[in-house]
Amino acid sequence: MQVLIQQLIIGLSIGSTYALIALGYTMVYGVLRLINFAHGDVYMVGAVAGYYISTWTLGIGLSLWLSLTLTFAGSILTCAILGFLIEYLAYRPLRNRPRLVLLITAIGVSLLLENLAQLPKLFGPTPRTYPDSVKHALSATLNCPFLPAGVTLTQFDLLSLTLSLLLMIYMTYVVMKTRTGLALRAVSHRFDTASLMGVNTGRIISFTFMFGSGLAAVAGVLDGIRYDVRPLMGIMFGLKAFVAAVLGGIGSIPGAVVGGLVLGMTETLVKAYLPSQYTGYADAVAFVILILILLIKPTGLFGRNITEKV
Amino acid sequence: MRHLLLAGVLTIGSLGLLLSGCKDKNSGHGAEATGSEIPIGEYGSMTGDTATFGQSTHNGIQLAVDQTNAAGGVLGKQIKLITEDDQSKTDEAVSAVQKLINRDKVVAILGEVASKRSLAAGGVCQKYGIPMLSPSSTNPAVTQVGDCIFRACFTDDFQGLVGAQFAAKRNWKKIAILTDVNNDYSKGLAKFFRQGYEGKGDLVSDESYREGDRDFKAQLTRIKGTNPDAVYAPGYYTDIGLILRQARELGITVPFFGGDGWDSPDTLKLGSVVDGCFYTNHCSIDDPRPSLQKLVADYRAKYNTDPDAMAITGYDAAMLLFDAIKRAGHANSSDIKTALANTKDFPASTGPMTIDPNRNALKPIVILEIEHGKQIPVESITPQ
Repeated sequence: MQVLIQQLIIGLSIGSTYALIALGYTMVYGVLRLINFAHGDVYMVGAVAGYYISTWTLGIGLSLWLSLTLTFAGSILTCAILGFLIEYLAYRPLRNRPRLVLLITAIGVSLLLENLAQLPKLFGPTPRTYPDSVKHALSATLNCPFLPAGVTLTQFDLLSLTLSLLLMIYMTYVVMKTRTGLALRAVSHRFDTASLMGVNTGRIISFTFMFGSGLAAVAGVLDGIRYDVRPLMGIMFGLKAFVAAVLGGIGSIPGAVVGGLVLGMTETLVKAYLPSQYTGYADAVAFVILILILLIKPTGLFGRNITEKV
Repeated sequence: MRHLLLAGVLTIGSLGLLLSGCKDKNSGHGAEATGSEIPIGEYGSMTGDTATFGQSTHNGIQLAVDQTNAAGGVLGKQIKLITEDDQSKTDEAVSAVQKLINRDKVVAILGEVASKRSLAAGGVCQKYGIPMLSPSSTNPAVTQVGDCIFRACFTDDFQGLVGAQFAAKRNWKKIAILTDVNNDYSKGLAKFFRQGYEGKGDLVSDESYREGDRDFKAQLTRIKGTNPDAVYAPGYYTDIGLILRQARELGITVPFFGGDGWDSPDTLKLGSVVDGCFYTNHCSIDDPRPSLQKLVADYRAKYNTDPDAMAITGYDAAMLLFDAIKRAGHANSSDIKTALANTKDFPASTGPMTIDPNRNALKPIVILEIEHGKQIPVESITPQ
């Protein structure tokens, strides 16, 4: 029991960063029907930007918490600008082309970001770690009276889970209760009609990309601190987050979060209960389980069946 | 009918091409240095996940080249070292070696540290008949690629056995293993450790992960549940750093131990999480042997830091190669190959080195303990 609880905590902690990335996939898909394959690399850029800001702010002697706040803020800002630029420069000129053109452009942007990050002048292929003081502060174990003895919960697990849940709630609020959200839903419902009704679709799409990229930045900083920063870290995590978004039902906000958490937990539980020599192949097993879920429920956990009118 | 004829001609023609291509492949006789310089190739992970392996090895090799050239070179010619970065990637290692052979016409090649990359690039060297000397790839399969592939270090059957004997000596009755299943070095070392440890205690847990994984907590939680006396983790230092941090976060306090893949300045920088851990290595810089102390002093003077074992094996491998060229009398690949195979009691900085009939070096192994960012030699074992 104690082991199971521990594994579930680990799974939730991993899953919460999948959820943050998945939210970006789901938002962009909802509005543009585009799978933004560059999104995983935006997450990587978030980690890289955070690494530089964190090292620099601690270097000039700012306090730990101030530096951490600046790290998150700076990284979110960087990625939001990057998200805006990607959409403005790469996708917008192709808006009226076939969907496939956009998809291939997305793969191109993804490769561009990965290779730029591998340039030694920008970051280089060698993994780097955030400053030790940040890592230490966040990996401190919390004393939780309600957890059984022997189960550890770090500051980090709590922070990443709280952040992703709060951001999901905030996002739902923005989409459901604000004017921008209303416009966003209108664009998502019917692009041309929304435009005819006076919605500035260009602005709404830019907003979607910036918001999604900001969330990816948060995930990037979290994983950067927890593990390390590598220029290709976005490939596997981006793929998993994409799977999480599909699993939750792509286009659905709670779906992305639940999908991320379910994927994180599946992965961890597979590692936890597979015969031990095979734990290295856990990813494959986790993906097979997800395929099975999708076979039973093709629209994902929260997806709705929409009949297309011809 | 005409079409049939044409088809027949084309088939025979392409078959002929194929055959001539095959013939070309088998006729790899290597290269010969004809100019005033002897071109030597080096490929290594100067960047990427295992960057300190390549950088340290390169520093050691460069030091050997500088010293040799300052002393008049080899056979009256200067050594020209050409270095290619493989970014810690296997496919890049293969193309790096191809570049060295085809573009730079090197007569011999030094590299790699990682067995997986040595295995891949070794196939290319063997095909072209260029002798390749790996400074520190320990997987036994590396030199089994062919008669052109040599190494200047011990192999993992010996290293795994020493690890197992050490565990028995420490009275660790319950051992957990954590292996990278995508890494030839890690898999091989774990296999030989298991063989050596048989009958000495219980293997309570045998976990694995994949190269590129960054979260090991699920496996570590399982390991924690089996309550081992120590954990054997035969991986590379980048993974070891993540593994140790996560293990300590989960409250696993027992020592971890591993192989020469741990050897990196980064491991020593990990701080308290690595205190009290052990690993088997090629040498210790505290060895009082004058030849080694001279190397350590020269290295410090040039790079302003202590050499790690990768730097020392890099230096020794380069010196061994230059010695072989001298003994060969000609800077051509096949003579160098023969001279390398006939190496007997070469005075390496870490002691006399002999190449056995399987093209492996017979060298002693040391066990090091890490304490407060320093390596403390525990014992040194000579192969029987």
